[in-house]
Amino acid sequence: MPFLNWLKRRLVVIAGLLTLAYLLLPNVIVTVFSFNKPKGRFNYEWQRFSTEAWKDPCGVADMCGSLSLSLQIAVWATVGATVLGTMISFALVRYRFRARGAVNSLIFLPMAMPEVVMAASLLTLFLNMGAQLGFWTILIAHIMFCLSFVVTAVKARVMSMDPRLEEAARDLYAGPVQTFLRVTLPIAAPGIAAGALLSFALSFDDFIITNFNAGSTVTFPMFVWGSAQRGTPVQINVIGTAMFLLAVLFVLVAMVLGNRRNKQKA
Amino acid sequence: MSTLTEAPPPLSPEAPGEKPPRRRGRFTPYWLLLPGMLWLIVFFALPMVYQASTSVQQGSLEQGYKVTWHFATYWDALDAYWPQFLRSVCYAAAATVLCLLLGYPLAYLIAFRAGRWRNLIMVLVIAPFFTSFLIRTLAWKTILADNGPVVHVLNTLHVLDLTGWLGWTAGDRVLATPLAVVCGLTYNFLPFMILPLYTSLERIDGRLHEAAGDLYARPWTTFRKVTFPLSMPGVVSGTLLTFIPAAGDYVNAELLGSTDTRMIGNVIQTQFLRVLDYPTAAALSFILMAAILAMVTLYIRRSGTEDLV
Repeated sequence: MPFLNWLKRRLVVIAGLLTLAYLLLPNVIVTVFSFNKPKGRFNYEWQRFSTEAWKDPCGVADMCGSLSLSLQIAVWATVGATVLGTMISFALVRYRFRARGAVNSLIFLPMAMPEVVMAASLLTLFLNMGAQLGFWTILIAHIMFCLSFVVTAVKARVMSMDPRLEEAARDLYAGPVQTFLRVTLPIAAPGIAAGALLSFALSFDDFIITNFNAGSTVTFPMFVWGSAQRGTPVQINVIGTAMFLLAVLFVLVAMVLGNRRNKQKA
Repeated sequence: MSTLTEAPPPLSPEAPGEKPPRRRGRFTPYWLLLPGMLWLIVFFALPMVYQASTSVQQGSLEQGYKVTWHFATYWDALDAYWPQFLRSVCYAAAATVLCLLLGYPLAYLIAFRAGRWRNLIMVLVIAPFFTSFLIRTLAWKTILADNGPVVHVLNTLHVLDLTGWLGWTAGDRVLATPLAVVCGLTYNFLPFMILPLYTSLERIDGRLHEAAGDLYARPWTTFRKVTFPLSMPGVVSGTLLTFIPAAGDYVNAELLGSTDTRMIGNVIQTQFLRVLDYPTAAALSFILMAAILAMVTLYIRRSGTEDLV
């Protein structure tokens, strides 16, 4: 049975590709339906081809405003979480200090906590303090949950770094600041970049924590959530498709640049 | 070495024989930790305390709340919402198992069989992250639509009869049933399974497979005795990263389910944001947190990998 043998040898590959298809199917649907012209308020059934939504992506009231708000929050959350997280990871890897165990658990716990629990407890804090829910409470929450992920990403990179490189720099009369800026930081950069990228994606796409702590402020995920009740404009799919394409393009360009640099070094 | 302007090295506070990584700047680590740790203490740990306190308060929105150590709230909440708790655990467990079954082949494929396609497949696994997950979850409404091709095929093959008999679906529908919710949960958290699996599979020395083959192990035996045990760290962290968010999720149950598929996350959200019954909501959230932490601790102990972070 040559066919059965062929199938047996490729079973893993076929199963893996099927999973990949499962992962990508919704993205295909989102893209296809960005060219739909739905009949009612909801864009769940295919009617006929149209490029109207692509020509007028901001044609829905409030959508682009929420998008720009989400981008702003994501940028500031990324900056905040990356700076704080990088500092923590350097302290963890490079120094001995008391209460290391407590610090480690305080970083691990937010990642091991269901989002809804963090969201609800943060809301009780804000309610007790009488804080005005909005941009700042969202930003505070986002920095909080992105922090742990940055620490994990940067720590892994700094840990694998050869400490002798820094010793060498100091032996060559580089001061602490110079050593940090010209040796440590460039080596840690990929870890920091990975942490920052992760923060951006997490913050931009966060719904549960934002839903609890946003008050009446509407971020893009909140807009999508609301539209699932009121009616989904095609423009949502346009934004979704554009984001997917931009992400793929961004990663591919980064990969090509990385390959070229590796080849130059070789 | 350090310049003269620096503080002198502290008298070694560490145990003798253990060399500290760096001797300069005694307070440097504390300054580095301070802002981030303060952030986590004020906005993560302190809220937990507030939540615990809220859960034993009584009162109303108008008159304010007072701590009365009213622990009956916990009992009432459990009594009223145990089906939702049970459902959350079942759905999350089902989604975790499905994620493992679906994710393992793909992680294996990327680690060992993809060759020059490896990077491209990795990009395709991660890229959906950048499209809002709510939009992607809404796409499942189209895929599983009542008159769509998926439901049609499942109906023709009489699969829906079987799942209906098991209580996973109802009638000729998939949407608004447990199956749709589990399918959405599986889809949403699959990458969280694939990435740790891939990380631990990728570390396995390919020569171990050859050695197993040389010792007359068949492929299946090699997988069972060599590959799978070595990938256990990935399996453990993957299942945790899938189960925890799935158990607290309310998005899939809300968008793809019905009132019969409400999970504990839905209850907490409704109590907090619509009913405004803060003590009950806080108690429910506290129970969820305790349950998850207990399960995670037990699971990590039993699987023997404590160095997850």
